[in-house]
Amino acid sequence: MKYIPLSALVGLAITAAYFLMALFAPVISPYGMAEVVGSVWEPSSAEHLLGTDNIGRDLLSRMIYGGRTTIFIATAATILSFTTGAILGFLAAVLGGLWDQVLSRFVDLLMSIPTLIFALVVLSVMPVTIPVLIVVMGLLDSTRVFRLARAVAVDINVMDFVEAAKLRGEGRGWIIFREILPNALSPLVAEMGMRFIFMVLFVSTLSFLGLGVQPPGADWGGIVKENKDGIVYGIGAALYPAVAIATLAISVNLVADWILNRTTSLKGGRGG
Amino acid sequence: MADTLLDIKNLKIEATAYPPGEPPQDITIVEGVDLRLEKGKVLGLIGESGAGKSTIGLSAMNYGRGGVRITGGEINLNGRDIRKLSLRGLRAMRGAEVTYVAQSAAAAFNPAKKLMEQIVEATLAHKRASKKEAEARAVELFRKLGLPDPESFGNRYPHQVSGGQLQRAMTALALCPQPDLVVFDEPTTALDVTTQIDVLAAIKEAIADTGVAALYITHDLAVVAQVSDNIMVLRGGNMVEYGSTEQIINDPQEEYTQALVSVRSIEHEEKQPAPEPVLKVQNINARYSGTKFDVLKNVNVELSPGQTLAVVGESGSGKSTLARVITGLLPPRDGKIIFDGRELNADQASRPREDLRELQMIYQMADTAMNPRQTVGTIIGRPLEFYFGLKGRKKRERIQELLDEIELGEGFVDRYPAELSGGQKQRVCIARALAAKPKLIICDEVTSALDPLVADGILKLLLRLQKIEDVAYLFITHDLATVRAIADSIAVMYQGEVVRYGTKSDVLAPPFDAYTDLLLSSVPEMKLGWLEEVIAHRRMESAGH
Repeated sequence: MKYIPLSALVGLAITAAYFLMALFAPVISPYGMAEVVGSVWEPSSAEHLLGTDNIGRDLLSRMIYGGRTTIFIATAATILSFTTGAILGFLAAVLGGLWDQVLSRFVDLLMSIPTLIFALVVLSVMPVTIPVLIVVMGLLDSTRVFRLARAVAVDINVMDFVEAAKLRGEGRGWIIFREILPNALSPLVAEMGMRFIFMVLFVSTLSFLGLGVQPPGADWGGIVKENKDGIVYGIGAALYPAVAIATLAISVNLVADWILNRTTSLKGGRGG
Repeated sequence: MADTLLDIKNLKIEATAYPPGEPPQDITIVEGVDLRLEKGKVLGLIGESGAGKSTIGLSAMNYGRGGVRITGGEINLNGRDIRKLSLRGLRAMRGAEVTYVAQSAAAAFNPAKKLMEQIVEATLAHKRASKKEAEARAVELFRKLGLPDPESFGNRYPHQVSGGQLQRAMTALALCPQPDLVVFDEPTTALDVTTQIDVLAAIKEAIADTGVAALYITHDLAVVAQVSDNIMVLRGGNMVEYGSTEQIINDPQEEYTQALVSVRSIEHEEKQPAPEPVLKVQNINARYSGTKFDVLKNVNVELSPGQTLAVVGESGSGKSTLARVITGLLPPRDGKIIFDGRELNADQASRPREDLRELQMIYQMADTAMNPRQTVGTIIGRPLEFYFGLKGRKKRERIQELLDEIELGEGFVDRYPAELSGGQKQRVCIARALAAKPKLIICDEVTSALDPLVADGILKLLLRLQKIEDVAYLFITHDLATVRAIADSIAVMYQGEVVRYGTKSDVLAPPFDAYTDLLLSSVPEMKLGWLEEVIAHRRMESAGH
C-alpha cells in the first residue's frame, strides 16, 4: 500500500493531463494549428471554446499545439541540463583537486553572465531552430544543476560507505553511479521540477522576444506576444498562456515536493 | 509525603511518526510510568536507546521534544500538577524550579557569548537574584565544580575551555538559579573516560553541597551507580525495575536488569604472540596535509595472525589516524607497513586488489557505513562478486552462509539498512568484511555507538568468528572494558605516541606508567563507592608527591 497525499494526487493529475494533451495534440485539438477559421478576436463560443486569436485562428487549438511545443522543448532541455550538469557535478566531487577547481570556476564564469542575455546573444548569431533552442537552454541551465549535484555529491562522497567502496578498490564508475547517484537522486528530482518550470518560462520569454519558436509555429510565449495588443481592448486571449504556465508550475512542484518529502534523509528505506 | 518533590503518575507520552510512503502514525513512547523523587535525592534513569529515559526526564519540565506529546497522567512538582500550567506558568517554572543539563554542552552553549553571561541568564530572567549575586554564586559554583581560575573562568568563551570543563560549566548553569530539581541528560556520555570521572565527581559533590534533587539519565549502569540514591530501569517506554542503587547493583530481580549488571563480563584467554606477525607497523610518522603537526609519532606495533591488537586512547590520541595509515587513506610521511610478509604501498589507490581484499575495515557508525539504497544482499554480495567473481546461485548461497555466521537468519537479504536495528546493521558490516576472506580486519570503535547489551553480543560474535575464520583484528577503542574482553595484545596511545605496548597481561599489570594508570583507574566499575575510592586514592597520591 503506497500512501499519496492529496496535494501530490492533484499535482500528478494536472501534470499528467498537460503531458497527455501535449502528446495527443493532433487528436484532441478541434482545428489545425495555423488554420484561420474565424474573424479576429472572436469571443468564446460553442465552436471556439476560448475564442479566436489576432488573425482568426482557433485559440484552444493554438494553446494545445503551443503547449506541445513548449512542454517538448522544456522537457528535452531539462533532460539535457540534468545529464550534463549531474555527471559533471559528480565527477568534480569525486575527482576533487584540480578537476574540481577547473570545472567549478568555469561554471562560475558562465553563471556570472545573465542567462537570458547570454541566450539572446547566442541565438541572434545562430539559426533559431528547435534543436538549437534546446541545446542552448539545456547547457546554460546545466550550470545550476552542476552546482547542486556537486554540493550533494561532496556530502555523500565523505560518507563511510563511499570510503568502504574505495577501500574495496571500486572504480569511479561504480562510485558515481552505484554509491552516489542513488542517494543524490531525491534532491535532484525535486530540483528537476523547479528547473522544468524555469525552462517553460525561459522558452516562453525567448518566444515573446521573438528569438524562440518562430511563426507560424505556436508556443505559449508566442501566443502572449501575438495577442498582447488585445489586452488594451479588453480581450483576454493573452492571459490563457499565463494561466496554463501557472497551473503547470504549481502542479509540477506539488509532485516534486512530495518526492522530496518521501526521501529527504539519507536513511533511505523502501521509499526510493 | 511532605518532602516529595516530584511525583509522576501513570505517565503516557506519544509522538507522531512519518514513515516514508505511508500515512503518519501515532506511536506510544512511554506508557504507565510512575516515579517519585524526594527532595535532595538523586534518581537514576537507565535504559538503552529508545527506552524513553530522556523523554521521561524532560517530562519533569512538562516538555516534549519536537512532535512528542504528553498525553496522559499527572506530573506533580512541588505539590501541583504542572501539566495544568499555562505557558506563562511553565515559563516561570522552567529554568528556575527545574533546570536541564544536556548531553552535548558544546552544542548547547552559544559560541558568541561569554560563559558568565549565559550561566546567569536564567537566574536574571527569573529575577531570582541580582546580577552581582548571581555572578558571585556562579563563581562559587565554579570553585565547587573544580574549574580553573573560578574568578575569571566566566570571562571565557565556550571554545576556550575543554569539553569536560564545558560540561561542568553547564552544571553551574543549571545550579545557578538554585532550582529544586536538575535533569541531567547523559552529561558524561560524550566525554573521554579520563574526563568523565572528574565531571562525575564534580557533579556528585555539587549535588550534595547544594541539596538539589536530580534525575540522572544515562545508559551506563556503572556510572549511575556512583551518583544516584535510587535507580529506575526502563525498556521500550516501560518500567522494568525500580529500587535502591544498592539493590539494583547487588541484587537485581528482573532478568533484564541482571543482564545489564553482568554486561562486560566476557572472558578471553590471551594467546601467545606468533613468530611471524601478519601486520608490522614500523616507525610510522604521519600528518594531515596542510598541517605542521605530526599526528602519529614513530609508531611501532605488531599483530600476530588470528589475534587481536587493541589500540586504546582518548579522542585525539591518533588511534583512528593509525587505521587510516594502515588502510592507505593517509600515506605516512615515513615508515613502513609490512602486511603478511610484504610491504604495502603507502597510497591505497596504488595497492593491488589482493592487498585490498585481505585488509578489511568495520566502522563505528554502521548507519553511514552502508549505502542506504542498497539491500543487505547487495551490500554483502558486492565483495563476493568483486573479489571472487561469484554470480547467481553460488553468490546467493554464500550470502546466506555469511548471514548465518553473523546470526541473522532468512529474510534479511532483501532488507534495506533502514529496516535493521543498530546491532543488526553492525552485524551486516561484519559480514561484508568477512565476505572478502580477509587476514586482517580493522575495527574502528565498532561497539561504541551501541547499547551495552548489543555491544556485548557484537564482541562475542567477533570472538567466535575469529576462531572460525582465523582472522586478526586491529581493534581501536577508548573503552578499556572492551579491551579486557577481547584483546591479546594492547597498545596504549597518547598524543600520537604509543606509550605502552605489549601482551594484555603485561600491559594491564603494574607497575603502570602515569597515563595508563589514569586510563585504567577511570573506567567505571559496577560497584558502589567506586568513585569515592578512586578520587580518594588520587588525592592521596597527589598529596604524597
